[in-house]
Amino acid sequence: MLEKKTKIYWLFILPGCLFLAFFMLIPLFSLLFKSFVDEGGRFSLANYFALFESTYFKQVFLRSIRLSLTSTVVCAFLGFPTAYYISKYSKNKGVLMALAVFPMFTSPVIRSFSWMVILGKKGIVNDLLVKSGIVSKPIGLLYNEFSMIVGFIQLFLPLMILSLIGIMDNISEDLNLAAGSLGASRLGTFRHVVLPLSIPGLVTGSVLVFTGCLTAYTTPQLLGGTDTRVLATMIYQQAMSLGDWTQASVVAVVMIVVTIAVSSVINGISRKLNPTI
Amino acid sequence: MKKSKSLFVVTLLVYVFLIGPLLVIMAASFSDTTYLKFPGEGFTLRWYQQIMQVKSFGSAAKNSIIIAFGGTFVALLLGLPAAYALNRYRFKGKELIKSLFLSPVLIPVIVLGFVMLRYVVNRFKLPALPSLLIGHTILSIPYVMRVVTSSLANFDFSMEEAARILGAGNVYTFFHILLPNIKSGIVSACIMAIINSFNNVSLSAFLTSAGVSMLPIEMMAYVEYHFDPTIAALATLLMVITLGVMLVIEKTLGLKSVV
Repeated sequence: MLEKKTKIYWLFILPGCLFLAFFMLIPLFSLLFKSFVDEGGRFSLANYFALFESTYFKQVFLRSIRLSLTSTVVCAFLGFPTAYYISKYSKNKGVLMALAVFPMFTSPVIRSFSWMVILGKKGIVNDLLVKSGIVSKPIGLLYNEFSMIVGFIQLFLPLMILSLIGIMDNISEDLNLAAGSLGASRLGTFRHVVLPLSIPGLVTGSVLVFTGCLTAYTTPQLLGGTDTRVLATMIYQQAMSLGDWTQASVVAVVMIVVTIAVSSVINGISRKLNPTI
Repeated sequence: MKKSKSLFVVTLLVYVFLIGPLLVIMAASFSDTTYLKFPGEGFTLRWYQQIMQVKSFGSAAKNSIIIAFGGTFVALLLGLPAAYALNRYRFKGKELIKSLFLSPVLIPVIVLGFVMLRYVVNRFKLPALPSLLIGHTILSIPYVMRVVTSSLANFDFSMEEAARILGAGNVYTFFHILLPNIKSGIVSACIMAIINSFNNVSLSAFLTSAGVSMLPIEMMAYVEYHFDPTIAALATLLMVITLGVMLVIEKTLGLKSVV
């Protein structure tokens, strides 16, 4: 009976497909196509050679990777104990989860801006530093890589915590008790039971944090300076301020490639290590 | 228990780091000083009145609301039937189509904004408001697809069959059998999509024009030139609204179903 109406599903699917094809896929393919073509319309890698020869781009690219990587590592180190505490020990799990979600629902403009208030020349951190005599006059804590990393971590740490809690909730307490009764120390239990079983959450969280940092625009725009541009701010600057659409396109392609490569490679490795995911 | 104590300290510090800055903004919004200061001095509500004086905020807020709700509505119109068909029927290329509807989350939003500006807006001379609506619809489609698909996975399609056998038409079956069963899924998808769209910067940065702006873009522009507590007052207002929304979600659907 179902088979008779077979074709009707296309009516349901087609509008969305056409919409996405027209406004997203075709523009993306145009971007890709144009980036491989020179001014005469012939296939050429000249745009890419030009980009990778530019020292400015090299700096921006390496800075993006470095900042994203640093933020991801810090998020993992802060997120792991936090998630473990919330999952296994906390009595107010619901409240703590909600408090982790709240910043995610708050505009990145507000969150980055809050650091401008805290880290500014008249901010509370500089106040404390001067008053305690560590520095004689307020130091520049803003518009550099440090403030960007701080912003990134605050932006994406909730993602890491929530990914880890999702996995840790499924680790049975029995496993810990079993390990303990077989003579494993607390540290041993942690290393050989909790840590390996939490890796899927760590992987998901790391991919989310890394790609989030790599593609974030608001935080580097507000907390970074003109000499600490990253890929996202470079695309915007090339396109909107300098009108260099070609270079903006090439940087955009590089960003897509890195994002997709990182997430598929890491997810692929973790699937190989743990086929049950 | 010793271990849980040190874990507790780390957790506490992490939450101070996550929430503290937001509390600083809230406190600074009441400061009776002409520049942003924490700890503030005195107490005043004048920065909340000042929000109304900044003309660009009003129209931008209106646009942001229209686009967030409108874009999510269009995403629902496009995504709901598709999610239904993907769950209900078997056919070739199903996985491919599903990934197409989920793909906007894989593409960096800043790139999406850039290609839309270059290959849609500039090419077809599209005005700002429709382009923003299209862009934000693309942002919302994956949310609709993901959440609706998972609530449809729990829906027993034989109920639909039963309704039809009892003489219900397609439209009746849809509104009285299917929709009530996946309602909470749809609502949570919409809330997530609306919040995400309302807070979006990267896409709007490319698609707004001189006359037509969005609230986060105006806030960013304001922050770059002014450093008075007006923006802290506005931020506090938005955070209070967010908190209210979260409380309502928690009371009705449970926060877990949304995140």
